[in-house]
Amino acid sequence: MNDQFEPVIVGFLCNWCSYRAADLAGTARIKYAPNLRPIRVMCSGRVDPQFVLQALRSGADGVLIAGCHPGECHYVNGNIKALRRFMLLKKTMEQWGIEDERVQLLWASASEGTVLAAAVTRMTEEVRALGPLRWGEKVLIDNRAAAYAVIQEAQHDR
Amino acid sequence: MTGNGKPKLAMYWASSCGGCEISVLNIHENILTVDEVFEIVFFPCIADFKIKDLESYPDGYIDLCLFNGAIRNSENEEMAHLLRKKSKVLVAFGSCAYEGCIPALSNLTTKEATFNKVYIDNPTIDNPDGIFPQLVSKVDEGDLFLPNFYHTVKSLDQVIDVDYYIPGCPPEPHQIWAVLQVVVGALTEGLPLPPAGAILGAGTTALCEECSREKHEKTIKRFYRPYEIQPDPDQCLLEQGIICLGIATRAGCGALCPSVGIGCRGCYGPPDGVEDQGAKMLSAIASVLDVGDESMEEDKLEELIQEAVDTIADPVGTFYRFSMAHSILKRVKNGKGAV
Repeated sequence: MNDQFEPVIVGFLCNWCSYRAADLAGTARIKYAPNLRPIRVMCSGRVDPQFVLQALRSGADGVLIAGCHPGECHYVNGNIKALRRFMLLKKTMEQWGIEDERVQLLWASASEGTVLAAAVTRMTEEVRALGPLRWGEKVLIDNRAAAYAVIQEAQHDR
Repeated sequence: MTGNGKPKLAMYWASSCGGCEISVLNIHENILTVDEVFEIVFFPCIADFKIKDLESYPDGYIDLCLFNGAIRNSENEEMAHLLRKKSKVLVAFGSCAYEGCIPALSNLTTKEATFNKVYIDNPTIDNPDGIFPQLVSKVDEGDLFLPNFYHTVKSLDQVIDVDYYIPGCPPEPHQIWAVLQVVVGALTEGLPLPPAGAILGAGTTALCEECSREKHEKTIKRFYRPYEIQPDPDQCLLEQGIICLGIATRAGCGALCPSVGIGCRGCYGPPDGVEDQGAKMLSAIASVLDVGDESMEEDKLEELIQEAVDTIADPVGTFYRFSMAHSILKRVKNGKGAV
């Protein structure tokens, strides 16, 4: 075991292209970073921004949304909706203070096992370089504990 | 303490503007009925009550406590705990207590930046020595304590158990009266109270159900800020490119803002089944953007979408204007979220 930080990346992969790309990467025995936790959704257009926020809130260090290439969506334009949401989501990520590399959108067709594998490896390294997100522990500081500590210290001094 | 047998009513403000109290008084002559049915035992906005009065009551003495305001500092939180102890039924009254409201927008920045804005970098402030309020000040007579200003604004239910919620900024008087009637019925005639944790005085669906504007399929090319456009009086505001949070907001107010040409601000919070109002709004608004299609080159497509997205100023502040404290992420990471 080494002490290297291993990021947790939650992946929302569409049933028709990207999940099959991941499947293909597996059957083709392509080696790539084991940090992705894939979740199959029917379409990248199914990915509610709430899912992304919930993943980040619950301890994920990054979120990958993967769908079919534009023009190849099983539902014609679900991936275009995903792209529109993603671009607005990215704008809000800037406000939340979450780095661009932590939330990524990828197009990978069913035959592109290598594309998916390479993207997961690349994203893992990018997130590893940023360090852990740990929203619950690092960002949501417990107000009460901090306040009581200061008051108790003051009372102790007295 | 008088023993007249009337149920006891309290109303308290934490981090709030006082609009909720005004809204209660806006039930007009019905306030006389409230006075007839209830004995008001703690209501600092309208009568002189002290904390020591409240402390002197036995636990569970207050039958109905309407608590408005968010939890901004340690004093707000102490009062919340005290009122919880003294109250049988405690209601998070109004958007601040329910989900953070405007005070929680400061979760877009840091406590330090807020202090700097209020006490230093402000045209109406003259503070050459850069003095900030201190938690403890040592003076000859002893130590003086100020409430601790929290890093993150919380909603009431994040510090104590809440029995019911009444959303709205402020709640609409007719909705307040409807809720009070239910409580009065329960107290005087033994009628059943709603299930614990219920959101009272509001609908369950999205606001669009109550809005009388004409709605068609939404295809939006870009968004307009209010000063950039003269809205059509009959058509759905969102269809005209005016950001209206109605599609991600609970019904209950009767669509007051859209009826006068202002997009819904979202003060009634998310409808049933939605956890994060802002994310849901983001999702809805992005998917009705009608720029680019699947036949385009990727670069062109992204460019067009980016242009349209850039017409939305301050998306987090807009979509989470009232629900920041109840959102999934609750605050920003580095304090640079305010734009």
